[in-house]
Amino acid sequence: MPRPAPSSLLSNGFPEVERWFGLLDRRVRTEYAASTQARAFGRKRQSWLHVGSGAMQTDAKIRKESGTESDPRGPGCSLRHFACEQNLLSRPDGSASFLQGDTSVLAGVYGPAEVKVSKEIFNKATLEVILRPKIGLPGVAEKSRERLIRNTCEAVVLGALHPRTSITVVLQIISDAGSLLACCLNAACMALVDAGVPMRALFCGVTCALYSDGTLVLDPTAKQEKEAQAVLTFALESVERKLLMSTTKGLYSDAELQQCLAAAQAASQHVFCFYRESLQRRYSKS
Amino acid sequence: MAAGFKTVEPLEYYRRFLKENCRPDGRELGEFRTTTVNIGSISTADGSALVKLGNTTVICGIKAEFAAPPTDAPDKGYVVPNVDLPPLCSSRFRSGPPGEEAQVASQFIADVIENSQVLQKEDLCISPGKLAWVLYCDLICLDYDGNILDACTFALLAALKNVQLPEVTINEETALAEVNLKKKSFLNIRTHPVATSFAVFDDTLLIVDPTGEEEHLATGTLTVVMDEEGKLCCLHKPGGSGLTGAKLQDCMSRAVTRHKEVKKLMDEVMKSMKPK
Repeated sequence: MPRPAPSSLLSNGFPEVERWFGLLDRRVRTEYAASTQARAFGRKRQSWLHVGSGAMQTDAKIRKESGTESDPRGPGCSLRHFACEQNLLSRPDGSASFLQGDTSVLAGVYGPAEVKVSKEIFNKATLEVILRPKIGLPGVAEKSRERLIRNTCEAVVLGALHPRTSITVVLQIISDAGSLLACCLNAACMALVDAGVPMRALFCGVTCALYSDGTLVLDPTAKQEKEAQAVLTFALESVERKLLMSTTKGLYSDAELQQCLAAAQAASQHVFCFYRESLQRRYSKS
Repeated sequence: MAAGFKTVEPLEYYRRFLKENCRPDGRELGEFRTTTVNIGSISTADGSALVKLGNTTVICGIKAEFAAPPTDAPDKGYVVPNVDLPPLCSSRFRSGPPGEEAQVASQFIADVIENSQVLQKEDLCISPGKLAWVLYCDLICLDYDGNILDACTFALLAALKNVQLPEVTINEETALAEVNLKKKSFLNIRTHPVATSFAVFDDTLLIVDPTGEEEHLATGTLTVVMDEEGKLCCLHKPGGSGLTGAKLQDCMSRAVTRHKEVKKLMDEVMKSMKPK
């Protein structure tokens, strides 16, 4: 079976996640062989794919089972299967593609780079976020999301180490199947790590959907979001699980908010484990 | 001497006040600025309100026009908010297309209207599939001194309560709409969403109703929109320093008291408007 090229992640629209599971061990072996060959030819760029599920089991065979065909979730946790690929673009200083179920976002980071005099800040880096929707031109909703992502990144990035520079995060939505803002946040974090931007903590995005009968669903699909009474998106940081950013849609009570926040904090544990594993695999190879 | 210190080290100057649990303008950490509201000042608009929160001044004007209802919801009308931050209100804004702050505020107001269901869009429909009302809500800031979101939400709510729509009948023969300007009715406002904004300082301290300078020095902001049953319509925290669940709880209780204050003020103003 031919080794799947990194760009297939984007050109297919959404990858067949099940297929990756069976291939994972093979891919790690071929990666090693390819990397030695690449070093011989002097090729520097190598993309790193890591696939995970909510349960954080590294054994590929166990992950094969799933729930219903339309909404496969990892065993032991209610987050959808997610995958992350880093260093896949050649121009940006750092890039990452994050997939959550069928939702996919591609992020690229340029920085620290030169900044326009009108935008420069004397004692820290100027952070800029550009969010491009899948179709159409960016509108007011995108501007609002850009502001949310930018402020979240500003809270964790150590801008004081790079004064009078600019760090630009460009996000492209590849496909939207629910929990879009959370996926954007995760992709942005992975891309910032790939670019080597100094950060005081990692952050992750978690979406929570509340139904009128009181049930809570984490990482909802687009259909579940439409049926829900309220959809809450949180950005949590890795050190103390504090709330960095929150944006909500719909009506809910104070007690429900605390419940969702607690569930999101528990779920963020899995996402941070996934980040750690993903980076460990990458750097243990080279 | 204090003015010199303030220019050179604004954050230290501020911390000195915060240590004594007060702020440079003499307020407590949990105290709002004086709120004044004036309803019905624009006679050419169908509804209007002017809100002053300390120095921050926002005026809201609502115009009702006809439009065809959306094809995917033929029995609904439209509510279109637009927040404008002109160069008049602060030196940080330039003339030209709306900047990021104005766009974010517009999106926030649109979300509040949508989430709180302050009015049923079905009430705005005149004839399903053919004619519906569209309410253009223009919020213009006349003076920017921080806490723009609270002022805009309040101005919008007051203006909506002031809107009077004339009765419209569709003439069967000509299929044209006939407007009866003599018979007007108020909108059915179902809930009263009230916004409370906080600024986070040094990752620990929360102060209510930040002024322009405080917003600039703060490490994060948080806006909570609550309606009368204690239900939250919106928890808007655009990044900034992290908050624990306990701190959020304090914010909720402050938001509840603020809602009562605002409701009382609104009722007083509506009562004074009644005999007309």
